[in-house]
Amino acid sequence: MTVLDIKLFRDVRRLWAQVFAVALVIGGAVATLVLAVGSHRSLEETRIAYYERYGFGDVFAQAKRAPKALADRIREIPGVAAVDARIAKPALLDIPGFSEPASAQFVSLPDSGEPHLNRLYMRSGRLPEPGRSEEIVVNEPFARAHGFSEGARFSAILNGKKRELVIVGTALSPEFVYTVGPGDLMPDDRRYAIVWMSEKALAGVYDLDGAFSAVSLKLQPGASEREVIARLDALLDPYGGQAAHGRKDQTSHAWLDHELDMLNNMSRTLPPIFLLVAAFLVNLTLTRLVALEREQIGLFKALGYSDRSVVLHYLKFVALIVAIGILVGGAAGTWLGLRVTALFGDFFHFPFLVFAKAPDLYVTAGALSAAAAAVGALRALREVVKLPPAVAMQPPAPPVYRRLLPASIQLDRFVSQPTLMMIRNIARHPVRAAFTTLGMALATAILVVSLFTRDSMEHLIDVTYFLADRQDATIGFAEKRIANVVEQVRRLPGVLAAEPFREVPVRIRHGNVERRIMISGRPANADLRRIIDADLHPVALPDTGLALSGMLAQILGVRAGDTVELDLLEGARRTVTTPVVATVEDYFGIKGMMDIEALRKLMREAPVVNSVSLSLDESRTEDFYAAVKSMPPVGGVALQRVSLVNFRKTVALLVTTMASIYTGLAAVIAFGVVYNNARISLSERARELASLRVLGFTRGEVLRILLLELAILTLIAQPPGWLMGYGLAWVMKTNLAGELMRVRLVVEHSTYVIATSVVVLAAIASAAIIRERIDKLDLVAVLKTRD
Amino acid sequence: MSQPVFTAKALTKTYGSGEVMVHALNKVDLEIAEKEVVVLLGPSGSGKTTLLNIMGGLDRPTSGRLSFRDLDLTDLEDRELTKYRRDHIGFVFQFYNLVPSLTAYENVALVTEVAHDPMRPDEALALVGLEERMHHFPAQLSGGEQQRVAIARAIAKRPAVLLCDEPTGALDSKTGIRVIEALLGVNRQLGTTTIIITHNASIQEVADRVLFFADGRISRIQTNETRRQAAELTW
Repeated sequence: MTVLDIKLFRDVRRLWAQVFAVALVIGGAVATLVLAVGSHRSLEETRIAYYERYGFGDVFAQAKRAPKALADRIREIPGVAAVDARIAKPALLDIPGFSEPASAQFVSLPDSGEPHLNRLYMRSGRLPEPGRSEEIVVNEPFARAHGFSEGARFSAILNGKKRELVIVGTALSPEFVYTVGPGDLMPDDRRYAIVWMSEKALAGVYDLDGAFSAVSLKLQPGASEREVIARLDALLDPYGGQAAHGRKDQTSHAWLDHELDMLNNMSRTLPPIFLLVAAFLVNLTLTRLVALEREQIGLFKALGYSDRSVVLHYLKFVALIVAIGILVGGAAGTWLGLRVTALFGDFFHFPFLVFAKAPDLYVTAGALSAAAAAVGALRALREVVKLPPAVAMQPPAPPVYRRLLPASIQLDRFVSQPTLMMIRNIARHPVRAAFTTLGMALATAILVVSLFTRDSMEHLIDVTYFLADRQDATIGFAEKRIANVVEQVRRLPGVLAAEPFREVPVRIRHGNVERRIMISGRPANADLRRIIDADLHPVALPDTGLALSGMLAQILGVRAGDTVELDLLEGARRTVTTPVVATVEDYFGIKGMMDIEALRKLMREAPVVNSVSLSLDESRTEDFYAAVKSMPPVGGVALQRVSLVNFRKTVALLVTTMASIYTGLAAVIAFGVVYNNARISLSERARELASLRVLGFTRGEVLRILLLELAILTLIAQPPGWLMGYGLAWVMKTNLAGELMRVRLVVEHSTYVIATSVVVLAAIASAAIIRERIDKLDLVAVLKTRD
Repeated sequence: MSQPVFTAKALTKTYGSGEVMVHALNKVDLEIAEKEVVVLLGPSGSGKTTLLNIMGGLDRPTSGRLSFRDLDLTDLEDRELTKYRRDHIGFVFQFYNLVPSLTAYENVALVTEVAHDPMRPDEALALVGLEERMHHFPAQLSGGEQQRVAIARAIAKRPAVLLCDEPTGALDSKTGIRVIEALLGVNRQLGTTTIIITHNASIQEVADRVLFFADGRISRIQTNETRRQAAELTW
């Protein structure tokens, strides 16, 4: 080890607080990248492995009653690799000691061997015995939510008859990673179950011997999903088939995809911002840190060291800081990444987790921070190294300060000399002051962008649950019902108001963009499920024409006044064109909305409904629950209040957990920035401040001169910080917007206040540390020696 | 007289331009012989340090020429100046300029690592009487000791020339005398040409020649027939 290397290590030790603060900034950014990209990759790979090992289907379709022989014809469709035909039916559950209505999706299991597709991952127990109609396997989350194990019993209303069931096993399935009950927005493991039953038993209950009601297909690699779907639709059409769809429209997959997409978008949006901010800050800090070494650089040159070895020495110093940053950040990021992966894995009930190794992330993060740091150091070195050593060894010549105002205006009458010093100091180094301000502003900005998701989530909740869908409950029917069912429901105990709701699946098309969506029909004077426009006012639908989710309108490229083409996927299956009359502010899914009467005319059908929205008398909910459980045609009941609780527990939790982690990392970066600034200012101005001490200034006064500038710059930095934060939040909101869920960009004032408070707290903490340094430092001694 | 170590012809250094132009050195002619001890005296701003810096390859003249033995320093590239400093010149500064994070030994090693045929750091420290304290950091040494470390660092590479800018400027007389003693000892034992800038007129008595500076010129040269020992000095 050369003497220069010894110096290097001693310098790192001497400057450890600063080295650590710079490393912290780098570490914060590296951790963000490793955490975000690492956890997303792990979850993505887990999903791929899960889908592959348990044979998740590619195409899904339903029918009323199709003969089993049809399955062979489906298998003959070109491009189809495997077919799994089965029975699937929704049903209400009656769980002892659980008053809220719960529902389930019943799915048949072949009586010999495993299903071809969508195989079960058994968590406990065994499969039902063939033909035993009471034996069932349930999805594990449902069992856990109720504390059920093998032998537990509850009943279900199957085909209008109540039957007692006994759990013989629990399982997970790639098909039901995300289980959302009919009419619900959010998964609710207590109120929605997946129940697997022997095919023979389920066929007996529904009188479907030798027939199936649902089919999934596995496609051969390279097969055209579109073509297979078209042929499948044609085959199933005579048997009451509903439009077949790909994974994209499979509920569980779509939601899982959306969640992973959000993670992915977060990982593509925040870490680059963090990394760039960190790079900029490290660059800034190292420029000043190296500039402080000016006299020693002069000495090395005087002693005969070449420019190259001097530069190399300082680059090593930088490399060491970067290495510490990457190490700290990598470790923190990996740890957080594992936690986040486990958190999401638990949320999705993945049976196993694949942790993706990501050496490339360290390389990327490392290279970027190293480059930024090296450029910062080189910028300072270029300045210093080109000086003749004799000049470098002298302290820099006193900078030329200017009067800011004509001499006739005596500024010092209004402000004290220390304040004047501070103002002139800022004016003397406008670029440095600007960069410092920019650095602090960026610290505020990354805090704003980390925090705003909470505001946007709250806004989403307000609009969705309190402005638009204000019903207390929704009763969904297994099959569409004649509209007079609304009257029946209205007479149930505790019901204050009831509104009909009709949903029709369609393919909507404009130009060559098309989507499969639901069009919902609702009464013109609907008061429970309302439509809200961008100004958050309720919209009354006109007698004809279609309103679209704002996002859907954007995807299709249509505005109010344009016409779109609809393939009606139910009933007569006609293709019609209809005008778009409004776009709507909604945050979940993409859909169309019509007046229920207009939709009826479009469908050329009698008045029918799929569900009824209700407002309930809170004191009589138990009566209502009891009554609805014995209503045979009910397929499921969604409860809005429970849905909101679940939303807060799940999606909002995931989003805010991520936001909290990012906020923490942003705070770390903010502290690093502010501390470095204060510390370097102290070093740069040590002599000047020492002189003031000699002249009789107290420590407190000297500290004030030093910190006043920092305080002013911190404050000046806030408004631009808010502005940049808002801009970054916009970028993030735009990246996060998906067809299943999106948010509106809402940044509450409190968010700006919190962001600024964190930066100010970081500034105060830095000031406290610096104060300790000044108290310990004998400033008078600084003047006596040059070292 | 054998070939001089330094030959300066009309050596000039100016700073600034136009009205505010300052002649730090104004057409100085000078020769300095091998093994000579030269003291430069004069008020602040008279050009002593500028001359020393140019002789040491730390700075360049504006005009005129300066050669070291056969080497013309005037037009050397940065890289060549670095090599020149590394091979031939030792520096001692008023404020020692030790690296605070290195021990006395390591400060000397800083130079021996890049030098051609240096002495061992402990040898150099022994020459200035500091072998006992070589593992101390600068902060643990007195001013005189720090300056002697700086001298040890300067001579460890066996330079042809030792350039000292106010080596005793920050020291009391007793310590200053020990430092001068160390410099003369090196001159005696190694034959190093030694050039000392000082404000302290008493030090002139140890020199072979004394150059008096005023306004960027050498105003007078005094040759001492007999040099006094450092121990005989008082101030």
